[in-house]
Amino acid sequence: MLDYESLRLIWWILVAVLLVGYAIMDGFDLGVGTLLPFVAKTDIERRVLINAIGPTWDGNQVWLVLGAGAIFAAWPAIYATAFSGMYVAMLVVLFALFLRPVGFDYRSKIESPIWRTTWDYALFLGGMVPAVVIGVAYGNFLQGVPFHFDETFRSFYTGGFIDLLNPFALLAGFVSLSMLVMHGATFLLIKTEGVIQFRALKASRIAALTTIVLFSVAGFWIANGIEGFRIVSVIDYQAPSTPFAKEVIMEVGAWMNNFHQHPWMWIAPLLGIAGAVIVLLLGHKKPGFSWIASGASVTGIAGTAGLAMFPFILPSSTHPSQSLLMWDATSSQHTLWLMLIAAAIFMPIILAYTAWVFRVLRGKVTEEQIRDNEHTAY
Amino acid sequence: MEALVDISRLQFAFTALIHFLFVPLTLGLSLILVVMESLYVKTGQQIYKDMTKFWGKLFAINFAMGVVTGLTMEFQFGTNWAYYSHYVGDIFGVPLAIEGMMAFFLESTFIGLFFFGWDKLSKRKHLMVTVLVALGSNLSALWILIANGWMQHPVGTVFNPETMRMELDSFSALLFNPVAQVKFLHTLSAGYLTGAAFVLAISAWYLLKGRDIEFAKRSFAVAAAVGSVVSVTVIMLGDESGYHVAEFQPEKMAAIEAIWETEEAPAPLTLAGVIDENAGETHMKIEIPYVLGLIATRSLDKEVAGIKNLVEINEQRVRSGLQAYKYLAVMRDKEATEAERAIFIEHVNDLGYALLLKKYVKNPMQASEENIQQAARDTIPKVAPMFWTFRVMVAVGSALALLMFYSLFTVMRGTAWNKRWLMRAAFWAIPLPFIGVEVGWFVAEFGRQPWTVYGMLPTHLSTSSLQASDVMGSLIAFVLMYSTLFSVELFLMFKYARLGPSALHTGRYHFETGAVNHA
Ligand code: HDD
Ligand code: HEM
Ligand code: HEM
Repeated sequence: MLDYESLRLIWWILVAVLLVGYAIMDGFDLGVGTLLPFVAKTDIERRVLINAIGPTWDGNQVWLVLGAGAIFAAWPAIYATAFSGMYVAMLVVLFALFLRPVGFDYRSKIESPIWRTTWDYALFLGGMVPAVVIGVAYGNFLQGVPFHFDETFRSFYTGGFIDLLNPFALLAGFVSLSMLVMHGATFLLIKTEGVIQFRALKASRIAALTTIVLFSVAGFWIANGIEGFRIVSVIDYQAPSTPFAKEVIMEVGAWMNNFHQHPWMWIAPLLGIAGAVIVLLLGHKKPGFSWIASGASVTGIAGTAGLAMFPFILPSSTHPSQSLLMWDATSSQHTLWLMLIAAAIFMPIILAYTAWVFRVLRGKVTEEQIRDNEHTAY
Repeated sequence: MEALVDISRLQFAFTALIHFLFVPLTLGLSLILVVMESLYVKTGQQIYKDMTKFWGKLFAINFAMGVVTGLTMEFQFGTNWAYYSHYVGDIFGVPLAIEGMMAFFLESTFIGLFFFGWDKLSKRKHLMVTVLVALGSNLSALWILIANGWMQHPVGTVFNPETMRMELDSFSALLFNPVAQVKFLHTLSAGYLTGAAFVLAISAWYLLKGRDIEFAKRSFAVAAAVGSVVSVTVIMLGDESGYHVAEFQPEKMAAIEAIWETEEAPAPLTLAGVIDENAGETHMKIEIPYVLGLIATRSLDKEVAGIKNLVEINEQRVRSGLQAYKYLAVMRDKEATEAERAIFIEHVNDLGYALLLKKYVKNPMQASEENIQQAARDTIPKVAPMFWTFRVMVAVGSALALLMFYSLFTVMRGTAWNKRWLMRAAFWAIPLPFIGVEVGWFVAEFGRQPWTVYGMLPTHLSTSSLQASDVMGSLIAFVLMYSTLFSVELFLMFKYARLGPSALHTGRYHFETGAVNHA
């Protein structure tokens, strides 16, 4: 068995991979959902969009389901504290996600225009709302959220839902939305042709530009306005998980410390910007490449936030010393080890068959195909 | 506090019961699709392909709702059962995460190819995809039931005073938990039975209407065959479940069978009666001698423990738990002596029983005699609901087994098709399996009360620190949202079931051929 410290570090990386995996794989589905009313005007155009992601979105969403499951198994205290603390926000995401499975499957089963338009807006909400709220949640993590524990390790959250909607968090929400819209638009560049592709190109450019601007503003704000968190006591990386064994202070700019100490970390924000720039410049020439670039941008942006906060996962604004770290909020060594073995076995298999499925389903979705498969296409 | 617990339970029960309206049909239909498509690959007959595609459409409509309601389940432990998640996440999270890796990915990735891959894959490859979808849904059931089996019978676990939670001690114990294995097989069979009864009922309806006869007959035959086999396994494993309940959860067994006093072996089985919860007795009992003893202990000489007896035993466990509780604080400040450590370890398995007292006093050490007795009484679930729901499940199981066997028997003799009454019976049986699975879960989960993790973590401690009003709000939102989506689902289900295979637009079926074969 690996030592506890290494396992904890590996699990930080694995959870990051899963969450970034979600942002990359289902991120473009959310982006396409958001774009649905704007890029596609007629019924058949909308069906092209829906069928571009229809066969694969469900598998992609499992990245989120597994992300939640992995957080439960590897960081139970985070699963408990974050999910119950952000109760209303979680439910908003959940209810928005409800609209997608039924939306994709049921929309085209009835011919009525009212039925279909209703589902189109449902799919729009199902894409847009999670994209924004997940960003807002992350914006709050960066500022710390108000929670503490009692001596039995029961967590208490002392804020309200409205407090989550502060200016910085909203900015983070828009960063998230614009980056996922960019990612969805570049996917459509690959999957569609003609007028839809043309509109997707326009959308990808607007979104890429917005992403660059908003992400830079957020970065500047973090460096100069937001109070970050810093550990001022010695951490025992091998100790049993408890949130009571350290001392933490808050200070403006503390989230920049990691970047100062480990300059290689600047790769993340650079990737975030560079990917979006490539989308901006090359979207019309190389759709496949620009989808990869937007994926890289998504990875860079999510990675920037994760690295800035390392080793914090959920900082507490009211009781900073009870913040949850990737060192002190994990499962037991045994469980981390076991889960690592499971991940090492299953993740490669998952990647392999996912790649196979995408290969089988490769190629553009056209209006003609939809007409030919009137009754079987989504 | 109490209101929060009650509403959280209500929300969990509501969302889980709704999830479990769709899950068994997914399990059952995916198996039946595999059977039908295998027949297609084997015989090359188009009709089997049409069958696979048509029942696949109904499968899709159902599956979407399974995903919707399943998402809720995945998040709900964190949102509404935060203390539970902290306390047992080290163990419970493991099967849940493995389920994601092993099952959900498989099922959800291949389901797209099932619908969109007909023209892109060879016959065999497509069949392989269908098999993988079915395998995914079965594995999903396996892992979630390992998780649930652990809550019923927590094995392979130790309490860690430093982290104030249960931690995983033995993965293989978790995996080979006898309760989980039986639970898996019983629930899986119930799912297959649900799928079979569903196909049987709708096929019978086409036969009654005289539509798409050939298609309906073959579907009916496949369903009767699958249904006959699994109705036997449902009952056998149901009996096995009962045996395990008697062994590991005697309180639940006592409530299911309304055994107030420990009776001399072999105990009689009470078929029906009027339950008097307060007096602790059953009036006007109809009994069958010996049978309970046989079912519950597999012997003629072992006793079946009665409620009054169990309360006395559990009172001792509460007292023993208090010892563990007393030394918990000592254990946590690392300076505990060997002797203190030994006392703690001796009593730690009863710690959960002391936690039951927290319902009445903040600090269990200050509990009065009366509190202790009350806590012991709390370990027995309410008898009447358990007694009756269990009997409904058994009645459903017997009725479905009869129906399936008789259908199969007459199909094989070629006489089924003339029996309109049989077709009507098959059609009207459609709600039965759903009633069966819902009451089955009620028995299992309500019977686990007052625990979320049997003997270890009381339900009233398991919730999140939320306001009751928050959870009330979300419960109302769930009811409204689910009702809306469920109505839409039912509308589509009815529409496509009515259309029948004509929905495939192949030009070969009833509504496209100008109803030539209308009886
Ligand atoms: C079509 C559905 C169906 C049918 C006909 C039956 N069951 Fe069942 N039963 C279930 C569906 C189910 C279930 C939904 O699958 C449950 C709920 C929890 C579980 O493990 O399985 C269950 C639980 C369950 C339990 C409780 C297990 C526990 O508490 O953990 C027992 C003792 C039985 N069953 C016994 C039976 C017997 C003796 C049956 C004889 C006919 C029977 N069941 C038919
Ligand atoms: C889908 C099938 C299931 C159904 C229909 C179901 C039903 C129920 C019901 C009726 C309750 C309320 C019991 C009461 O409060 O008296 C409940 C509680 C609960 N169940 Fe289940 N259950 C299912 C599966 C599971 C599984 C697989 C798990 C764990 C993996 C689980 C975990 C819980 C928890 C945590 C509670 C709340 C605490 C409690 O009241 O005990 N359930 N469930
Ligand atoms: C109470 C605990 C449960 C949780 C946390 C849970 C979680 C989930 C989730 C997240 C999904 C959606 C997966 C996707 O995106 O494809 C799902 C679907 C599914 N779940 Fe559950 N589930 C629970 C209970 C059960 C039980 C008891 C079973 C089986 C016995 C089961 C079997 C399935 C199956 C087969 C699906 C596939 C889709 C469908 O239902 O049609 N689940 N579940």
